[in-house]
Amino acid sequence: MAVEYWRWKEYNWHDPELDPRAAQVLSGGVDVGSVSSQAVIMADGKLYAYSNMRTGSDSPESARKAMEWALEGTGLAIPDVHFVVGTGYGRVNVPFAQRAITEIACHARGANFMYGPVVRTVLDMGGQDCKAIHCDDKGKVQAFLMNDKCAAGTGRGMEVMADLLSVPIEEVGSLSLSVDEEPPPVSSTCVVFAKSEASGLMRAGWPKNRVLAAYCSAMAHRVCSLLDRIGMEKEFAITGGIGKNAGVVSRLEKELGVKALKTDMDSQIAGALGAALFGRVLYVKSKE
Amino acid sequence: MLANFGYKDGSGDFFITVDTDGCVKCADHPCIAACPAGVLEIIVDDYDDTVCAVKDGHRKRIKYSCAPCKPATGRPELRCVAACPAAALAHSW
Repeated sequence: MAVEYWRWKEYNWHDPELDPRAAQVLSGGVDVGSVSSQAVIMADGKLYAYSNMRTGSDSPESARKAMEWALEGTGLAIPDVHFVVGTGYGRVNVPFAQRAITEIACHARGANFMYGPVVRTVLDMGGQDCKAIHCDDKGKVQAFLMNDKCAAGTGRGMEVMADLLSVPIEEVGSLSLSVDEEPPPVSSTCVVFAKSEASGLMRAGWPKNRVLAAYCSAMAHRVCSLLDRIGMEKEFAITGGIGKNAGVVSRLEKELGVKALKTDMDSQIAGALGAALFGRVLYVKSKE
Repeated sequence: MLANFGYKDGSGDFFITVDTDGCVKCADHPCIAACPAGVLEIIVDDYDDTVCAVKDGHRKRIKYSCAPCKPATGRPELRCVAACPAAALAHSW
């Protein structure tokens, strides 16, 4: 069987120190993206459990699997969660969600929780699209721009490149940073063009790290132009899977001239986390 | 909130911007009837505001949907923009 270099590791986690049965409100968020799905459970506003897995061909099934995996080992089942909000590309296909909210609002709210109220610009680099968001100190969206017409500047584009170069997706960023000198970026217009350009560079004898550096640089440049359109405030954070790619993040920071805010939390769960935070507020409101 | 609907591709930036803070104050939303291509619709956004938005089906082809209102020469004021009493609509191209 061929090695799937694009295939990233799926995982789940829960906090063994927290007793969910003691919580007054258990809220859940499910972010069904085009490439990955995340589920988050919060107990009275504290992060309790989450999962991150690939989205399958069936959105409702992906949502259910993500939620069940997040709840694995906790003794809880989906009906135990008081309020679930669906978000992401497949948000309207989460059968057990009481409400659907766009991933734009959820990423802003999630980033506010993860990085603190200082965050003003959020760049969500997802599997299929890229979103630039401005938010206030409460995590409410002030402006947004989404580009989902082409795969350039998205996680899927990076997966294509990992497969082409036979480099595990988790190693792409660090390998791209191992170049002695920064090469010129490849085409940032389209992943198909970028892939054919990368193939040409490999035939011309470029080592893998140099090709990856050229691609990461193109991706950083691409998303910078989105940020230029909505305006950039230096308190900025990156969410989504590409936020874990040091090669893109460091080049983005260099091009923008600012350092991205750091967090110990998993940047990929920001959308589901935001959805769970909305869920808590909506549940409390429904009981008033 | 400035909601940008549209896309950026190799040929340029094509976004319709709705200033929802202005849009929410308008009850009639005449922009919707003014658009000959039926690009706009009324939605309830994530913050429960009733505002105008670009229909999903037009977001990835907005350059072409709006093309009839944008002749290469002698371009008149865009009908949707002219109809908006709150000056809450703008086109990026």
